[in-house]
Amino acid sequence: MRERSERQRAARLVAATVFGFLLFNYPILAVFDLDARFLGVPVLWAYLFTAWAGLIVLAAVIVRRLG
Amino acid sequence: MLQTWVIVAVSAAYLGLLFGIAYYADKRADAGRSLISNGAIYALSLAVYATSWTYYGSVGRAATTGVGFLPIYLGPTLTIMLGWLVLRKIIRISRRQRITSLADFVSARYGKSTLLGGLVTVIAVVGIVPYIALQLKAVSNTFVILRHYPDTTPPPGLGSTPVLHDTALYTALLLAAFTILFGTRHLDATERHEGMVAAIAFESIVKLVAFLAVGLFVTFGIFGGLGDLFAQADADPGLSELFTLTPGVEYESWVWLTVLSMLAILFLPRQFHIAVVENVDERHLRTATWLFPLYLLAINIFVLPIAFGGLLRFGQGGGVDADTFVLALPMAEQQESLALFAFVGGLSAATGMIIVEMVALSTMVSNTLVLPVLLQRWSRIAQRRELGGLVLTVRRVTIVAVVLLGYAYFRTAGETPALVDMGLVSFAAVAQIAPAVLGGIFWKGGTRNGALAGLVAGFAVWIYTLLLPTLARSDWLPAEFLDGPFGVELLRPQALFGVDGMDEISHAMFWSMLANVGAYVTVSLMGRPSPTEQGHAALFVDVFRRPRAVDARFWRGSASVADLQALLERFLGPAAAREALDDFGRANQLALTPEAQADAALVHRVEMLLTGAIGAASARVVVASVVEEEEPLGLGEVMEILGEASQVLAYSRELERKSRELEAATAGLRAANQRLQELDRLKDDFVSTITHELRTPLTSIRAFSEILLDNPGLAAADRESYLRIIVDETERLTRLINQVLDLAKIESGRAEWQIADVDLKEVVDDSAAATAQLFSDRGATLALRLPPALPLVAADRDRVVQVMLNLLSNAAKFCEPGHGQVTVELRAEDGGVRVDVRDNGPGIRPDEREVIFDKFRQGGNAATGRPQGTGLGLPISREIIVQLGGRLWVESGPGRGATFSFTLPAGVRTAAARP
Repeated sequence: MRERSERQRAARLVAATVFGFLLFNYPILAVFDLDARFLGVPVLWAYLFTAWAGLIVLAAVIVRRLG
Repeated sequence: MLQTWVIVAVSAAYLGLLFGIAYYADKRADAGRSLISNGAIYALSLAVYATSWTYYGSVGRAATTGVGFLPIYLGPTLTIMLGWLVLRKIIRISRRQRITSLADFVSARYGKSTLLGGLVTVIAVVGIVPYIALQLKAVSNTFVILRHYPDTTPPPGLGSTPVLHDTALYTALLLAAFTILFGTRHLDATERHEGMVAAIAFESIVKLVAFLAVGLFVTFGIFGGLGDLFAQADADPGLSELFTLTPGVEYESWVWLTVLSMLAILFLPRQFHIAVVENVDERHLRTATWLFPLYLLAINIFVLPIAFGGLLRFGQGGGVDADTFVLALPMAEQQESLALFAFVGGLSAATGMIIVEMVALSTMVSNTLVLPVLLQRWSRIAQRRELGGLVLTVRRVTIVAVVLLGYAYFRTAGETPALVDMGLVSFAAVAQIAPAVLGGIFWKGGTRNGALAGLVAGFAVWIYTLLLPTLARSDWLPAEFLDGPFGVELLRPQALFGVDGMDEISHAMFWSMLANVGAYVTVSLMGRPSPTEQGHAALFVDVFRRPRAVDARFWRGSASVADLQALLERFLGPAAAREALDDFGRANQLALTPEAQADAALVHRVEMLLTGAIGAASARVVVASVVEEEEPLGLGEVMEILGEASQVLAYSRELERKSRELEAATAGLRAANQRLQELDRLKDDFVSTITHELRTPLTSIRAFSEILLDNPGLAAADRESYLRIIVDETERLTRLINQVLDLAKIESGRAEWQIADVDLKEVVDDSAAATAQLFSDRGATLALRLPPALPLVAADRDRVVQVMLNLLSNAAKFCEPGHGQVTVELRAEDGGVRVDVRDNGPGIRPDEREVIFDKFRQGGNAATGRPQGTGLGLPISREIIVQLGGRLWVESGPGRGATFSFTLPAGVRTAAARP
């Protein structure tokens, strides 16, 4: 039982990492690669830091109850 | 004007503070109250990743590529998220194998190969020394720039300060002193340095706060917030193009940079040292999983604003190097103390990196390059009594050598690409170690030869496509080299085999990784691993599934305890050696006398202790010097070890099943035991009852016999009467014994049954005739109601008669004296015959109705007078009827007489004859 949930969390971490890799790379990156500003700041800069922060929160949530 | 002495004093004070923190933390560690044993400190110490190359260089990169600097920090974020899977495994293996450096790890994984360890060390040194030089350059340059405060244009003589006036040299020497003090305090088996880690964590805080202070000042002090800053940049066409990636960075370079930094965070020697060797507790990884990326995010958030701020403030190409914006902006704004703080932040970034890198490199160099040579059997040094001091000396010399090498490189390379472009080139060098390690912990098939081939191939391609071109651009090699050796265009180092259009790093990463992974996998698959290699592979790959005890089997030698103790003493000192052996003796309950032969487990333990001190390969060499005949591990044993993990699983499942079965069996046994106890009690009751029953007739026989004996002149009538009693009692005794034997025979199933078709009417007639005298004696009448046609029953005739007689005599005994009426009635019922014997006696109370079928229990009580009989008639009757396949029961109520009934199944012939 415990081993299974441990495996599941490990799988979640892998999934989150893959998700992060996709977020930070082409082609999703190209969607935000715009010469424009959003709320006064460059879109790409805002996107990268928002996605990064989101990923950190995700990691913290997954890891919170690791054995 | 910022006085030079102020800068020097502040720098010196800062470094002094580091010494103080390290000293305090070491004291705390010695007292057993670790300062660094928590996840936050672990995450902060991991931030040694952010060097002065981050601190100053990111802004420089951002000034030309926009967010192009970010993959270097996004990669580590992704890797550390996998830390619980990858890093934890490396930590667990290292702890178990007492591994203290990256080179040791590779060496230990592939059969403790000295060659592999040495190769990894060479790669690390070649890759990292220029990186150290880069840090020294940053310290030196920023010091010179700060001295010219508030003039921000770089002075012309930058990088050519006379050696003795160069702060970088003194910084380097001070750091070497720090590292020697806190990195090589003593030789122990864990190689952990709490003081150093505490200082590194503190440095991480300093550089972050300093960088954020500059960022906030630029954004909100010089400009009116982020909106204003970016709006001004937007207005400048030269700057607004940095909002996107398109001009400077291709998407595929971005991918390669991400991959490169994902590997660097694990395989830079300093990262490996901090993350693995200095790790106190695996669980700290949990905090680091989110705190370390958060740190990287925080230290990067103001990079782009500072870059834009600098470009707007000084103008593009305005004479101020973008790499110095962090320092130049506060200076230009006349913020003296902020500029000084920014300098200290840069200093902390550089020093942290240099310190850890030196510890890691010196461990690697001494354990994998120097000691294996010094400790060969033929070496005279190996004969010395005490070697711990020698090892430490080697470390210290290495530290000084590495830092001076770095300084020399910085002085030689100066402003050439051979230095300034070295950051990513270093990353690419250590990335070559990745396949051997990652393959080593997840793939059992990787062999020593495969790892060797991969490392050589990857390193060679790295040299050819990255190092040599950098040197060529620095005019250390002829520039024609870039057009391909001997003019062969296909071999152009930056467009190998005509692969064009990638940037330098992506190109080099692609080819080197192709060569590295390709050679590693191919050679591994082509060759056949030796049994020892297979054993080590299993130890690494299955580290989470393997019980500790298995490890010992890899060493198949024997040595005397005294030899091993002497060996330990030479490296660890007498006290530690004694203690280690005592611990082992206690844990295994062995008396380790000096002359005793050490078993494989003890030899293994000694090797592990030495591995911690001098590295896996060296430890094997020295242990081999005292152990006789190390037999190679047989294939059979390796198969056994490999199979062990699966066996352990199978065993545990088997155990679970067994334990469930045991529980069930235990429950059954408990019930059976209760039943047995009950039976035992019944037997005791039976025996005591039967003894009592036997004694009663015996007593009267004896009493009357004695009377006859004592009184010869007794009247004849009396004598006859007494003799009659004696005969009666003897008969009763005989009957009793016969019945007990009978009952025992029936109950044990040993009775013989003569089953035949029996006509119950005959049985009843015969029984009535036999008991007629009894009835007439008591003045009772017996009425028979026998229907004309009755089926025959299958039974033993004599036994049924026995039952019938018993029931009739009971009825005669219990019916009303004088005018008793007993009726026997037969009728066919349910494929058999039912017999009722009804009397008009006092009846049986409900609570006695079953009791009368127990042995020696009789109906009636003291008031009605004890009826005669043995108390065995009814039990025997019931037993007979049950054995014949029928039923015997009683229906009654007090005052209404009693009806005893039994049934017997119909016989075969009759059943067939019935219509």
